[in-house]
Amino acid sequence: MVRRIGAKFQELKAKGEKAFIPFIMAGDPDLETTIRLVPELERSGSHIVELGIPFSDPVADGPTIQRAGARALRHGYSMADYLKAIEAIRLKTSVPLLLFSYYNPIFRYGIDALTRDARLAGVDGILVTDITPEESEEYRTCMEKHSLDPVFLAAPTSSAKRIEKIAACSRGFIYVVSRAGVTGAQQQLSDTVGPTVQRVRKLTELPVAVGFGISHPDQVQAVWQVCDGAVVGSAIVGAMENVKDPSRLLPEIGAFCKWLTGKNNSNS
Amino acid sequence: MSAGKADPYDGPDERGRFSDYGGRFVPETLMGPLEELEAAYKEAIRDPEFQEELDVLFKTYAGRPTPLSPARRLAAHIGKGRIYLKREDLTHTGAHKINNALGQILLARRMGKNRIIAETGAGQHGVATATVAALFGMECEIYMGTEDMRRQALNVFRMRLLGAKVRPVDSGSCTLKDAINEALRDWVTNVANTHYLLGSVLGAHPYPWMVRDFQSVIGREVREQILKAEGRLPELLVACVGGGSNSIGLFYDFLREPGIRMIGVEAGGRGPALGDHAARFEGGSKGVLQGTLSYVLQDENGQIAGTHSVSAGLDYPSIGPEHAALHDSGRVEYTSVKDAAALEAFQLLSRMEGIIPALESSHAIAELIRMAPDLEKDTLVIVNLSGRGDKDVNQVADILGQGDVK
Repeated sequence: MVRRIGAKFQELKAKGEKAFIPFIMAGDPDLETTIRLVPELERSGSHIVELGIPFSDPVADGPTIQRAGARALRHGYSMADYLKAIEAIRLKTSVPLLLFSYYNPIFRYGIDALTRDARLAGVDGILVTDITPEESEEYRTCMEKHSLDPVFLAAPTSSAKRIEKIAACSRGFIYVVSRAGVTGAQQQLSDTVGPTVQRVRKLTELPVAVGFGISHPDQVQAVWQVCDGAVVGSAIVGAMENVKDPSRLLPEIGAFCKWLTGKNNSNS
Repeated sequence: MSAGKADPYDGPDERGRFSDYGGRFVPETLMGPLEELEAAYKEAIRDPEFQEELDVLFKTYAGRPTPLSPARRLAAHIGKGRIYLKREDLTHTGAHKINNALGQILLARRMGKNRIIAETGAGQHGVATATVAALFGMECEIYMGTEDMRRQALNVFRMRLLGAKVRPVDSGSCTLKDAINEALRDWVTNVANTHYLLGSVLGAHPYPWMVRDFQSVIGREVREQILKAEGRLPELLVACVGGGSNSIGLFYDFLREPGIRMIGVEAGGRGPALGDHAARFEGGSKGVLQGTLSYVLQDENGQIAGTHSVSAGLDYPSIGPEHAALHDSGRVEYTSVKDAAALEAFQLLSRMEGIIPALESSHAIAELIRMAPDLEKDTLVIVNLSGRGDKDVNQVADILGQGDVK
């Protein structure tokens, strides 16, 4: 089976380009919108899309993504509903999809069942924020069995020994957290980014993407200088909150992504 | 114990597991700080000076050992048993929480952290943390759900008086669980200078282990005191279980005594529907919340359920992982008591013994009353009176009415 995430990074590398990876919360404001928004993100220059599956107690998230999760949770969607939406997305686009969630909804569904059904629906990889290499044995076995890429986080507080473990357990890419903290847009990119990326680079051949706090084209460019991809979450979720007319959501978010990547000079 | 077989109560193992439960489920940023904390704790328990300093603080500051009081009128009222109350309500700050707060602040100082954060439900852990932070001259911020701030206004003022900042948390159910989420977000952001002084046997390894050790002074004192008073060990131990720190503190020293029955009492709230109680062993299932694998009240999609209890300190959807293991092995029995029975016990103990118990501890008293038919005349019983009820007086007055209590 083709590993779309790894293939995408290779394709970009060959062209001398970097990956733009937006995050949206599935079900925010509803799943119908999510199904239409993912293809729009791809048309607007996204290379991989991170799709949040909401959890009631998101300890790694700041207020913006907490609000997005709360909006999605109000619908009472089941995991099966999210997987059905992903099937619908897959009819429209082949952009690599990375699920982003917490362990409990996955554990409750059953790790083997979830990884199997996610693969069947068309998911390419999963990032579980509260799973670290130490607790990941069963999870990684199931991910491998169903040809999914487990993406792990590396943080400024991770020791070299930990980064080695993280690299050994990850597939697709390694997600470097730009700073100690929760998700959320920041005025300035943390100065720990460069050193953390360098420490990771030394220990792995895998592509490296940076996320947390990236909200401006200058920050995207700065991240692209030091690694292979930039993840933007809260800024996009916040932009979605600011769209006044729901019928304009797709074009406005598309334009926002183009602005972030410098493909469009008009700041919508 | 047969040769080669591990002591089942010696846990946790190297991965922080008590049987299947526990572990470390946190964002990567917290793994470094948790490893640092584990290393500091392992070093501290091998250091006689650390234990000595903690013992001195227990004696000269916290008021330990706390008395073991015979409850003769309560026993006469029930008509069964020889009943003793372990008086954690008589510690400085009025609850067992001070034991753990003192232990952890010594660790924080060892690690060179000068900022302390904590969550609180009933406010007792927040007060204990604010107290030890004042004692050691450290900066202190306490996260507390707005619903709990309303229920426990007196404790909010006490924390502020002690120099702590109280941060209102108005996400989710605005109770203990949400306060822990916010404290974790603070910790993940400020790990370099901050120690998270978690208040119960919850969270990621090493917290459940470390907090249990600090609280186990309760059971060790009880052993000495009951042998002196009665010349024998107790037959029954009863304690309430929120996260589970006062109960494990009482039980731990007796787990290896096969003749001693132990009962942990959860909050039965208004009734058995999901959202109306905090009885994890009755309505919960295996799940991962806030760093640890345990029994969790959750819906079919793995979203954490709301909880209810008249007592803020028991109002939490998960339970310490060691309790989950003790439940599954059958070593400890778990039961639940509803709000109404706890409120009745609150009044009864006040009138019978001149002791106003915390609403949390009232659950343990209520369970003792309910199980009276099971007791023999001379069954030796110890109930952990984990805290005093002053903090609950306003809330109970609102519920019962301000006039003469019936």
